Amino acid sequence: MGLNARWILELWGYRELVFFLAWRDVKVRYKQTVLGVLWAVIQPFFTMVVFTLLFGQLAKIPTDGIPGPIFYFSALVPWIYFSSTLTNAGMSLVSNSNLLTKIYFPRIILPAAVALSNLVDFFIGSALFIGFMAYYEIPLGWSLLLWPSLVILLVLLSLSFGVFLAALNVKYRDFRYAIPFAIQLLLFATPIIYPASMVPEKFRWLVALNPLSGVIEAFRYALVPGSAIDWKLLWFSIGITAVLFVAGVAYFRSAEKAFADIV
Amino acid sequence: MTHSIEIQGLSKRYRIGRLQRTFREDIIEFAKRPFGRRNKEAEWIWALRDVSFEVAEGEVVGIIGRNGAGKSTLLKILSKITYPTEGNIKVRGRVSSLLEVGTGFHEELTGRENIYLNGSILGMKKRQVDKCFDAIVAFSGVEQFIDTQIKRYSSGMRLRLGFAVAAHLEPDVLIVDEVLAVGDAGFQKKCLDAMEGLRSGGRTVLFVSHNLAAVENLCSRGIWLDGGKVRKDGGAKEVILAYMASFAGSTTGESTLEDSESRKGNGEIRYTRVEYLNPDRTPRALTRSGDSLVIRFHYHAKNTVPFPVFWFRLFTNMGTLITESACDTHGVDVPRVEPGAGYIEVEIESLNLLPAQYYFSLWITDSVESLVYDGDARTLLEVEPANIYASGWTPTSRQGIAYFPQRWSVPIALSPGPSSGPGLPAARR
Repeated sequence: MGLNARWILELWGYRELVFFLAWRDVKVRYKQTVLGVLWAVIQPFFTMVVFTLLFGQLAKIPTDGIPGPIFYFSALVPWIYFSSTLTNAGMSLVSNSNLLTKIYFPRIILPAAVALSNLVDFFIGSALFIGFMAYYEIPLGWSLLLWPSLVILLVLLSLSFGVFLAALNVKYRDFRYAIPFAIQLLLFATPIIYPASMVPEKFRWLVALNPLSGVIEAFRYALVPGSAIDWKLLWFSIGITAVLFVAGVAYFRSAEKAFADIV
Repeated sequence: MTHSIEIQGLSKRYRIGRLQRTFREDIIEFAKRPFGRRNKEAEWIWALRDVSFEVAEGEVVGIIGRNGAGKSTLLKILSKITYPTEGNIKVRGRVSSLLEVGTGFHEELTGRENIYLNGSILGMKKRQVDKCFDAIVAFSGVEQFIDTQIKRYSSGMRLRLGFAVAAHLEPDVLIVDEVLAVGDAGFQKKCLDAMEGLRSGGRTVLFVSHNLAAVENLCSRGIWLDGGKVRKDGGAKEVILAYMASFAGSTTGESTLEDSESRKGNGEIRYTRVEYLNPDRTPRALTRSGDSLVIRFHYHAKNTVPFPVFWFRLFTNMGTLITESACDTHGVDVPRVEPGAGYIEVEIESLNLLPAQYYFSLWITDSVESLVYDGDARTLLEVEPANIYASGWTPTSRQGIAYFPQRWSVPIALSPGPSSGPGLPAARR
């Protein structure tokens, strides 16, 4: 039922559709707004400015010896990817109900296309980040090589939540209202405005239970040389992601037969 | 003979009433009965019940039936959009389904971009679209606007673009639903020609339409679905005639309007029955070609309705529109209809229809048709043969739909003179 070979083969046959739907999303997103691609820059940039002023200057939350803007921005880029993928993938089935009721394709393509299209914003944000590093004259370290695998981990993690929410959204109308709220809470439960090292040893396991912690921290420390990646946290994150991904896809598969009837 | 489609004992059940539930409801229900079967009181409706048939390779099958007969459900199951509750289906080869023209078109994208998007959604590879791109554009006839966002397109242009993409699919099995029901006559012709091309290409086609003439022209076989079951399966013409006959009800003197599911409208005013009368308003038993008659449309109004427009369309039993007529286009405005029963009459001096079954589609709307009070209420009109030419020879439906009262003459030199008398015409049938 879950991840069988025939289904994966079928998905492979539909790979172009994932690309086209993602391309549509990107095109439409930038066509409809006055500022277009600039949004991909403005959102993380100003959030970073606010965080730097509020949490850095005012609240004086430590940033592990990394310059504030770099500290926040490195975490904000993956965080924004995660939160927007979660939101949009969660809504992807409901907002494409015209497709669901008129044509067949593996349904998981819809949330997958969202995850793909959001990568464009993610890469733009990452390019900006490189600019910041240059500005602060911080050389990029060897652990940069880890970056591609971290991106894959982030995509899989976002997608596992995304497909789960997408399926729930079709079934339960009230779920969509819970998503923004959950994302807001998650922002504070994840080491974005504070380093995980700040959390007392006793509660470290709580941070580790949040699969986002490992990835986001790794993004931060992989790019900034001289700081060590918390491997234990990262392995936790990888393990939880693997479980969530399989469970999310399995749930999606079990629910998808009814999508066209109830959407 | 190999079968393209095999369907065995296919049934589909839908839940009626509220489809979606809230998470809270499910949680509460679960808390109340954690182990028992839930949703016991749910109501179900069978959209399809034990449907079985096979379609041979290259066969073109028309599926007909009233709204709610299960046609669309059947097509959706065959297209894998929805899943059967019971039964098996087997479809061989590449399937393309066109349940709508232009599925997935996005307003903000240009015609060119939408061709690629739509093609991809319909299962075409990019290479394939690249190859057919020029042909698609030419077929659609929107060359000039191909780089314009389709939100600026007229609905006709959108339709043509959508069909142009679909016409370039190369499936083994094609499933088409009502695509031809929209668009102008020229476009419909184009679509029919394209379908004809598919048929001659040896593809298996399953075609659902209310346009019975199109079904008859295109399909070799017809399947009539009624209440989720196969009512009749056979030659297209034979099935269509049986279907039309069922539409009937009685046509002697008076016919009631059945509440078919195609009937629309908010019900502020509804037609209740149709009476056929003689010009002196006495009831009549049957309607014949050339008769003078009065058709009295009875209605019932729930509330006072200002300026309702009563109108009808008359169709052949093959679904071809013969005429549309309204009270306001004939200079009769109805300022107001009071609650309760009433009627409106149409007097026809000479009913110039050849003997056949026809049907009225009756409407009551406001003057701009933005409000439909009653829509597509159908009633059958059976026209019997009559000696309309006064020659003793009576035409049948084989001679067409209508006749125009006319006089034939020959130059005097050729005239046989009064003594020869008639005789020739009766030999013809």
